[in-house]
Amino acid sequence: MPARAPTAILLFLGALILLAAVPLVLSGWILFLLTVAGAKALAVLGVVLLLRGKLLTFGHALYYAVGAYAAGMAVKYFGVREALLLLALALLAGVAMSAFLGLLVARYRAVYFALLNLAFSMVLYGMLLKLYSITGGTDGLGIPEPTLAGFELGGSSLRLAMYELTVVLTAVLVYLTYRFFASPTGYTLRAIRDNEVRVEYMGVSVWRAVYVSYVIAGGLAAVSGCLIALSVGHITPDLSFWSQSGEFVFVAILGGTGSMLAPVIGSVLFEFVRNYAFELSPYTWQMTLGIILLLIIFFLPGGVWSLTALVVRRGSR
Amino acid sequence: MSALLETVGLTRFFGSVRAAEDLNMRVDQGEVVGIIGSNGSGKTTFLNLATGYLKPERGSILLGGRDTTALPPRAITRLGVARSFQIPQLYLGMTVLETVLLSLAARAGRIGVWAPLKRSDRSEEGLQVLAQFGLAAHAGRLVGELPEGSRKLLDIALAVALRPRLLLMDEPTAGVSTEDKFEVMDTLVGVISGSGITTIFVEHDMDVVLRYSRRVLVFDQGLVIAQGEPAAVLADPEVRRAVLGHV
Amino acid sequence: MRLLLVVALDGLTYASWLFLVSAGLTFTYGVLRVLNLAHGNLYALGAYLGATLVLRYAATGYTPALAYGLLFVAAVVVGLVVGPLIERVFLRRVYSRDEEVQLLLTFSISLILEDVVKLTWGVNPVFAEMPYSYLGRVRLGGINYAWYPFLLTAIALAVGGLLWLVVTRTRLGKVLASVIADREVSLTLGINVPRVYTWAFAAGAVLAALGGALTAPMFSLAPGVGAEVLVTSFAVIAIGGLGSIGGAALGSLIVGLARSAAVYFFPELDLFAIYLIMALVLLFRPQGLFGEIEVRRI
Repeated sequence: MPARAPTAILLFLGALILLAAVPLVLSGWILFLLTVAGAKALAVLGVVLLLRGKLLTFGHALYYAVGAYAAGMAVKYFGVREALLLLALALLAGVAMSAFLGLLVARYRAVYFALLNLAFSMVLYGMLLKLYSITGGTDGLGIPEPTLAGFELGGSSLRLAMYELTVVLTAVLVYLTYRFFASPTGYTLRAIRDNEVRVEYMGVSVWRAVYVSYVIAGGLAAVSGCLIALSVGHITPDLSFWSQSGEFVFVAILGGTGSMLAPVIGSVLFEFVRNYAFELSPYTWQMTLGIILLLIIFFLPGGVWSLTALVVRRGSR
Repeated sequence: MSALLETVGLTRFFGSVRAAEDLNMRVDQGEVVGIIGSNGSGKTTFLNLATGYLKPERGSILLGGRDTTALPPRAITRLGVARSFQIPQLYLGMTVLETVLLSLAARAGRIGVWAPLKRSDRSEEGLQVLAQFGLAAHAGRLVGELPEGSRKLLDIALAVALRPRLLLMDEPTAGVSTEDKFEVMDTLVGVISGSGITTIFVEHDMDVVLRYSRRVLVFDQGLVIAQGEPAAVLADPEVRRAVLGHV
Repeated sequence: MRLLLVVALDGLTYASWLFLVSAGLTFTYGVLRVLNLAHGNLYALGAYLGATLVLRYAATGYTPALAYGLLFVAAVVVGLVVGPLIERVFLRRVYSRDEEVQLLLTFSISLILEDVVKLTWGVNPVFAEMPYSYLGRVRLGGINYAWYPFLLTAIALAVGGLLWLVVTRTRLGKVLASVIADREVSLTLGINVPRVYTWAFAAGAVLAALGGALTAPMFSLAPGVGAEVLVTSFAVIAIGGLGSIGGAALGSLIVGLARSAAVYFFPELDLFAIYLIMALVLLFRPQGLFGEIEVRRI
């Protein structure tokens, strides 16, 4: 978006600074909630990216779990404790997995795409459960407090550091994804949503655009999983379960698919609402989610993001 | 004159419906050829076959002497063939300019993952293409909001933007009102004629074929029943009966 | 040898009720082109309602034989009340929108129904085992097996046969075929397509609820039971081919026997064996064993 670039960048940086300054005002539990929200937003971003190509996946938790367990394995078997290194390893693992599975999955669409991804994620779930000696089965794995850039932190300073790290990482990855989306391949993805046949008749490879998007989405979710592993300190096979994938889809729709920032908004909203609503009434929690989703489908199909777009009057696509 | 597109024994059935049978034709470089026939005569199927969207049961398709029968649309497009559609095939969620820019990027092979599609220098080129077709005013509009006639033009513009050596158009004036028909075709021909692009257009409308093609092929039930100079061919009562249903 | 027999019988039992549920799911997809994510909840509703009716009835002490009828009643009530409710009030409004939106809609219904079950029946297990135990056991090839599963299989076969008859031999079947093939053309032919959609959805719902009601006597019901059934049904119809009832039958058999074999011979594989098969089928034959590939016409 050439003409608006300076304003957009300023806004973005401004928001970033604000977010980074949050710990000055809030602390403890809320900070942790924001950290988790920001981390999960990356997995949701992956789902949103694919949705822009009309690809709905019900198995994205696969990469989320891959990232988390890559970190877990590195900690358990190689004694790695440096957060940045763990994140890099998680990203590598996620991209390797999505690069491989993407070869199989990229030619599918619609219901088949959703089901195949679901199947893969449940296969991983089963494996994580059964390979008890390696993964700890249902007990899961503990992730000890990591070092950050070599610094040995603990307690509240670690929580603060994890928060800032999440903010920075999320901002960087959102920006990178935005750049991808504005590139010709990103536009090809959008075109695929509307008319695959035309794309082929332009001499452009539909498969390649889907594949690249899938790999990126996988990488994003893996980083997400690793951040969660580091923030929460414990991982279980549930990370790969279909309901986790469902949650990502829900948040994607809640936030909206109109912007790469929407997942962040949706994720923050979701974590807070979940945290307080669930305490209020555990028996109506899912129903509440269902009703919210219905309301969005019928009255706010662009998600919460479409509200902010009204306010800010951004016309960019 | 070398043949740019040639089919030999092209055959395709849909169940018992004969869409093409032992179809032999050729179009030489630089020609402007019209294909005419009634509904169901196999015109669109011919384009689908020639561009690899459908596979023939028998026969072969040669592009510039090269056998392209087994190739998919993407490969054939990359060999220099572009096609427009009877019902415009567009990206309704994008703007007109974005659509053209994507076409231009495709032609240049610039489908990367980092550099933005909408760079200022590229936009210039895109606007030029749109201007040729009188669509520059719509540049920022969503394709989905375009009026019918403009969509048709855009559909064709996207094909032309690929600067193909062979341009295939499926009923370029379909859905266009009688007054606008010739205007649309004049615009098209204006853009194409300078560039020496070989053109084949499938048409329903005899007037359009008469006026704009140098040679015409008449299709009827999957066979080429006549070909030659438009005025003579279209005066033939057999041809008229096949195409119009009456003499 | 006896073990093999047990495996085969268990597999057959599983396949039978899985067929009922999967047939409903694949039928709904075939006609409406919607994968109903709330299908598992319909199963659960049928199961819980069936169990409740039987338990209430058993308390009054009437002839036990009628309890079986109650299971059918439960299934029909759930299917014909909840089914059309979902289709007409919610699903109908999103037919003109993307497939993804329709999927999300059924997903939201699923979330709602999940809690409806919890609110209505609580989280404590519900077990109406009387219809199961009443039929007693039979000695077969050296093993002691219950009679009830055979009843289940008989019903599954009957339902399958009925479906096949309706689809291939009746006028209704022709109407369905027409709607499936081309919705627009069917409309012009004077077929009341919206009504066909509602009935088709209701039929799918009845099948799901029937699967649920008939399995209620076999094990204790708890919240979340519908979810596992749903995901397993996905595997079945992916294997059999989306939209194919015959495929659902074959897929149920495959999944049923595979699951049974895994439980006895390869317990480590149990959970992901089915999904692995599903993935493999989707990879190598995405249209399933009986499905068809669709090509877009331009």
